[in-house]
Amino acid sequence: MGIQNYKTTNIPQMNLHEYQGKELLKSYGVAIQEGMVADTVDEAVEAYKKLNEETGTEVAVVKAQIHAGGRGKGGGVKLVKNEAELRETADSILGMMLKTPQTPGGLEGSGKLVRKILVAEDAYRPDFDACKEYYISILMDRERKSNVIIHSTEGGMDIETVAEETPHLVHKEYIDPELGLLPFQSRKVAFNLGLSGKAFKEMVKFITKLYNAFTGSDASLFEINPCLQTADDRIVAVDCKVTLDDNALFRHKDLAEMRDVHEEDPTEVEAKSYGLNYVKLDGNVGCMVNGAGLAMATMDIIKLSGGEPANFLDVGGTADAARVEQAFRIILKDPNVKAILINIFGGIVRCDRVAQGVVDAYKNMGNIEVPIIVRLQGTNADIAKTIIDESGLAVHSAILLQDAADLVKEVVG
Amino acid sequence: MSVLVNKDSKIIVQGFTGKEGTFHASQMIEYGTNVVGGVTPGKGGQTHLDRPVFNTVADAVTEAGADTSIIFVPPAFAGDAIMEAAAAGIKVIICITEGIPVQDMVKVKAYLEDFDCRLIGPNCPGVITPDEAKCGIMPGFIHNKGRIGIVSRSGTLTYEAVDQVTKAGLGQSTCIGIGGDPIVGTTTKDAVQLLMEDPETDGIIMIGEIGGSMEADAANWVKENGTKPVVGFIAGQTAPKGRTMGHAGAIIGGADDTAEAKMKIMAACGIHVVSSPAEIGATMAKALK
Repeated sequence: MGIQNYKTTNIPQMNLHEYQGKELLKSYGVAIQEGMVADTVDEAVEAYKKLNEETGTEVAVVKAQIHAGGRGKGGGVKLVKNEAELRETADSILGMMLKTPQTPGGLEGSGKLVRKILVAEDAYRPDFDACKEYYISILMDRERKSNVIIHSTEGGMDIETVAEETPHLVHKEYIDPELGLLPFQSRKVAFNLGLSGKAFKEMVKFITKLYNAFTGSDASLFEINPCLQTADDRIVAVDCKVTLDDNALFRHKDLAEMRDVHEEDPTEVEAKSYGLNYVKLDGNVGCMVNGAGLAMATMDIIKLSGGEPANFLDVGGTADAARVEQAFRIILKDPNVKAILINIFGGIVRCDRVAQGVVDAYKNMGNIEVPIIVRLQGTNADIAKTIIDESGLAVHSAILLQDAADLVKEVVG
Repeated sequence: MSVLVNKDSKIIVQGFTGKEGTFHASQMIEYGTNVVGGVTPGKGGQTHLDRPVFNTVADAVTEAGADTSIIFVPPAFAGDAIMEAAAAGIKVIICITEGIPVQDMVKVKAYLEDFDCRLIGPNCPGVITPDEAKCGIMPGFIHNKGRIGIVSRSGTLTYEAVDQVTKAGLGQSTCIGIGGDPIVGTTTKDAVQLLMEDPETDGIIMIGEIGGSMEADAANWVKENGTKPVVGFIAGQTAPKGRTMGHAGAIIGGADDTAEAKMKIMAACGIHVVSSPAEIGATMAKALK
């Protein structure tokens, strides 16, 4: 969703798999496409048999569980008509590298490994042609500072395209933060979607429960696309994307356990365990900075000096020797790194301690072959520069940001 | 004059006796800030850092005449602490706490509308009026009393700007760290407006980041109402896009929140935009001439 996720630094979020999101919705009474998750083909067969007893049909859907949209386009969602097909499909999807427009590199990229599949009912049965698809999402609008329910009759499609080409078909209902979702607003959503009779009533219930689930789980995004109106006028969530607010997970221990670290970059996960906020990029100059804003500004200055930032790395408030060493190790895992710029503005953090940390880490690690530029400013910056200069190490030191920029230029140029 | 805090502000610390509260309150007192006490529920009647501890903010207002509060309460309780301060009649509430759930802030923001108060933050370094009051976690010694106002969404990047201003032979009137969360009490525009109307401020530095529309809103306001030079920088010209999941955000956000788009809008509104964060101080010195 691009915009709100744009900054990876201070709006920490956790994504759920479709099957986890549906479990969450179901616990709030939201009607979902029923299904069971499986790690192996045998588990998938077992799930399939149980599901058949409930649905009374051998038709089912197999859906790859990865954190990316557009799974159908990459062959990650398939309809099966009997056990043999189920077995074959489960076998082919489990363990595949699924490429979708949202996986790294897109359809031309390397894709994402599928570790789990959801064996689900075919919610469109028995009468596919009588079904209708809608789009519903809930998120916080940071400009209006309130939650909003976005809804459209154009379900099952890329909502960005719908918004661009037919903006009048995208409706928004803003929710008062103090009063919550009011009954008339649920009705308004259902009317906007052109519903009447039983389907209208079902949609009102669906929206009310969905909003309860959103606030109850401290979510930052629910996207139900498609939301299905069946031939017998039930309203069912066929797919769901759920993103939770990391900052609120302390009050949702059950949801916090749903984190799937396989879906995250292993180096970023490792960095996090050391208290470092690291994002890998494609450039050639690594950087280690305290504070997210200064880290982004440092990346900018690397670019302006003729380099390309190899990473974003915020060491946080306590840049001690141990943390500096872990940060070094993580940056140096990237073979593209040709130089490292350390930029610390010491406030509470004393620069002399950071400088000692750099020197110790450097010695502990033996041979760091790339040039290192250390810019320490703030508390005890002068002492820090002396420590670096007298260490005998091949480390360039600077106090002014412009001097650091010039050193980067020398090194990459 | 300056804005928000000065030598006459009667400041209390919420979360006074905790580790963070104690450390930073000591630093504030050492700087010469008028800290009149603190609040820790259940510890009312005690003395901490030679100052009285109150059970509630209301007690601190009644007994110590508090009008300003700085909050170091953990994220789970920080929203409540902000609302308590507002309800007790505190005029300037500065929340340092990082990591408050967004839905808590949605409620807090709506609650505050009924009170005559201003919230700075959360997730911010605070506010400082050099030589008068340090109401935050910034290193006091890099500041120098002067006539440049600074508004920023980030912490250490603000210190960088402050340092450059000082090194350029200028000083600061008031530096306002508005915070980096999606929902903040005081926007860039609000803070720029405060400084624009302050007779002791001659120039304004505005430091933004990618995401949101706060800088564009401030720039448009400056275009209509600006009477002093404004220097602007946006961090994140090279920042990567976050991992995408779903598309709903793109409808709500806009195409205007990249660094490039923001810098373009700011320049069009007459702001002196710098592309290098190393040139903030020098550009301000030039703009004043």
